[in-house]
Amino acid sequence: MKIIILGAGQVGTAVARNLADEGNDVTVIDTNASVLAEMQSRLDLRAVVGVASHPAVLREAGADDADMLIATTSSDEVNMLACQVAYTIFGTPTKIARVRSNAYQEVTELFDNDHIPVDFLISPEQLVTRHMHRLIELPGALQVVDFASGRLRLIGVTAEAKGALVGLPLRALREHLPDVDCRVAAIYRNDHAIIPNGDTIIEDGDDVFFLATRPDATVVMREMRAARSPNKHVMIAGGGNIGFELAKRLEKQHYNVKLIERYHDRCVLLSTQLTRAMVFEGDAADHELLLEENIEEMDVFCALTNDDEANILSAIMAKRLGAGTVMSLVNRTAYADLIPSNMIDIAISPHQVTIGELLTHIRRGAIAAVHSLRRGGAEVIEAVAKGDKSNSKLVGRRIEEIRLPHNTNIGAVVRGSAVLMGHRDVVIEPEDHLIFFLTDKKRIPEVERLCQVSATFI
Amino acid sequence: MQPKVVQRILGLLLCIFSVTMLPPAVIGYVYQDGGMRTFTLSFFILLIAGGLMVWRVDHHQAQLKLRDGYLIVVLFWTVLGLAGAVPLMVSEYPELTVFQAVFESMSALTTTGATVIVGLDYLPKSILFYRQELQWLGGMGIVVLAIAILPALGIGGMQLFRAETSGAQKDSKLTPRIAGTAKALWMIYLSLTIACALAYYWAGMSVFDAVGHAFSTVAIGGFSTHDASIGFFDSRLVEGVAIVFMFLSGVNFGLHFLAWRSRGLSVYREDAEFRNYAAFLLVVSILVVVGLLLTSEYGFSDSVITGIFHTVSLATTTGFTTTEYYNWAGSLPFILLCSSFVGGCAGSTGGGLKVVRVMMLMRQGARELTRMVHPHAMVVVKLGNKRVSDRQIEVVWGFFSAYVAIFVFFMIVLMTMGVDQVTAFSSLVACMNNLGPGLGEVAANYATVDDGALVVLCLAMLMGRLEIFTLLVLFTPAFWRK
Repeated sequence: MKIIILGAGQVGTAVARNLADEGNDVTVIDTNASVLAEMQSRLDLRAVVGVASHPAVLREAGADDADMLIATTSSDEVNMLACQVAYTIFGTPTKIARVRSNAYQEVTELFDNDHIPVDFLISPEQLVTRHMHRLIELPGALQVVDFASGRLRLIGVTAEAKGALVGLPLRALREHLPDVDCRVAAIYRNDHAIIPNGDTIIEDGDDVFFLATRPDATVVMREMRAARSPNKHVMIAGGGNIGFELAKRLEKQHYNVKLIERYHDRCVLLSTQLTRAMVFEGDAADHELLLEENIEEMDVFCALTNDDEANILSAIMAKRLGAGTVMSLVNRTAYADLIPSNMIDIAISPHQVTIGELLTHIRRGAIAAVHSLRRGGAEVIEAVAKGDKSNSKLVGRRIEEIRLPHNTNIGAVVRGSAVLMGHRDVVIEPEDHLIFFLTDKKRIPEVERLCQVSATFI
Repeated sequence: MQPKVVQRILGLLLCIFSVTMLPPAVIGYVYQDGGMRTFTLSFFILLIAGGLMVWRVDHHQAQLKLRDGYLIVVLFWTVLGLAGAVPLMVSEYPELTVFQAVFESMSALTTTGATVIVGLDYLPKSILFYRQELQWLGGMGIVVLAIAILPALGIGGMQLFRAETSGAQKDSKLTPRIAGTAKALWMIYLSLTIACALAYYWAGMSVFDAVGHAFSTVAIGGFSTHDASIGFFDSRLVEGVAIVFMFLSGVNFGLHFLAWRSRGLSVYREDAEFRNYAAFLLVVSILVVVGLLLTSEYGFSDSVITGIFHTVSLATTTGFTTTEYYNWAGSLPFILLCSSFVGGCAGSTGGGLKVVRVMMLMRQGARELTRMVHPHAMVVVKLGNKRVSDRQIEVVWGFFSAYVAIFVFFMIVLMTMGVDQVTAFSSLVACMNNLGPGLGEVAANYATVDDGALVVLCLAMLMGRLEIFTLLVLFTPAFWRK
């Protein structure tokens, strides 16, 4: 596939790397020649220096026969205009734009081929905000991923000795909760993945990923760890777009929110736009300020500035001072692996989240969503079963008959509004949404191939 | 300072004002009460006076400066207060001293509604109509009217506009051009008045009373054509109509304009000042109604309607009454009197401090309390979703302290003159807030107040109407320095 990527920022670079590694023809446009030069020396792609929305620059990058345009420059307006240019002049079939500002996203009728021709809008801030919001709503969860418009949830949780199921084989879950259908999809013990079966025993300290319907999720969590009272007090460090959006969502649900922001003018703006949340002017790593605002009473502390180092340090400090759950934004993957898990409970990578979303649109065939678990250590793929028994490797077969790639399993099947857990005897029907688990990322192409309707049978 | 420009505009305004003598003259002709002679005479006196002022300086047309604006507005209100007294002096009945006539005219123009006349029911119709009309002109501001109809004032009209209109945010224009804004305001004012007059007529008033009371209701004035005020009609329907229109006139006219332009009522719901205004009236009404139920001999329905009527009337600074509210038990009269400090919304015809200013003062107070617990908190004072800048809060605090200081000063002066404490306090509240009726000696009317005190109260009314600073600035040396 011929793909043009606009903007060689963190997201642009990461997407370019992923796509180039998968064997696509990638061209990157940016105004900064030195960044491009370095990129070109490390990755197998072409670089064009220039303003991303100029027609001449796009033509030079090969827009005439490009299959896809991914606009990830730092300017929303340039991204949208580039899509417009690509559509009007070059007729590019797929156009994806990163648009950060909420002001645009609120008016969805703006984005169609008659107006601003953007096929997919990606907003990293919104994705991360939604992600964090879900984590705060479910105390104790490491990761929460929604499937099938939220009907099905995947939840990661660290098992504690106090949980009813801990120390028992998974089979016991049926006896504990006879009315609840849930499926444990993966267990990580000492950073090694275990594909569980009924005899697997959950131990204290395991990271357990399970699938359950939305209302059942909390019940199942209680099996894994001591019951937690709902989160009430949240402190957010960093009043950027994510911090602001998160505070706005939380204050609407009557959380007590304290928001720390360094810059005076931004403080004034935040304080004007927020109604219940309190805004503090100061440094997120200011010991005195944290103590003065009762950090030890906080159920959740989120470090959301755009500075990785500051986030990590202030999160560690907050944990030391007695905050409940501590979350931090960490952009650099290298850092994410360094952080000891007893100091920062959850590290979130905005780029990872964005890339995941971008890749969903880029993946071929029937893939509806891709999510990385454990900072990319594992993947969950939501795919739609197409075709019929004659041309599909999935449809009409029982789950145990499907020849799955190694280290992969099917966690659940969403059929219309019903959610079926991925037991052996479930027969796949057309238009079912399948949730695949992969503990090995390299198997993604194999899963893609599995989901494609094979041409040879037609 | 440009004395000749000021003189010219003053003369022009006086000429316009002389025209307002004509409707009462017509009324005088219709009722044959001798008013025709009074008002035609007054018309010529004022027209000639205005003409003389313009005569030699007609060619002095220049951009008005900020200072000229203040001077013109203050001079004009003073001159108008005096000019408005002319017909009352010319007319044989009522018999008033010069001071009383000026007080009456000033009270009308500033929409205070305090009267020195006893026996309104026996006055010539033309005089009665004139009092109501004067109040109506003062309500929206005659300078604003002049801006709307006189293109000559278009230059620098914003200066005049700012100096005369009420409220904390005077720079907000409804339309791009100042004359358009003034016209829009007067259109709304006129429509409200017509609607009010029709409603009063429907509720059972005579045509003369309906128009007269519509004038003083929409202007938040409080003059009546009867000694017993609204109580004369003894009709719950009339009281209901009065409540509705007093309430509407206490709302920012800019809001009415937006509602009219958007053809929807959502602008009211979204406006923070309106919400607080309605909530404040509701709370005080409940207090008063409960107080009446507990202490008075009124039945339930009478307590409710009388309680609400007096709350809305006094809190919006209209000053209509239906009964001797000042004889109610306990703190009720005092609560009602004090509610006039809050007054109407900014940009309405109501007096007092204005709801928006009180909101800002309260929120600033709350902010200081929050800051004591959270020293690093960034707390902004907000009205609705809009932030109020610290500068605006400073202005409001400055205004408030000036208000209090002037109040105390006038009170000392009045008490030095021998006025008793209750009368001095309540008459000042009533005059500075442009309310009208007070307590003690001035509960029903100001007929027994002596001349010196009347002068002080005239000043207080003017201070209240021009929101203090416009008037006070003239007493600073910096204003007169070249």
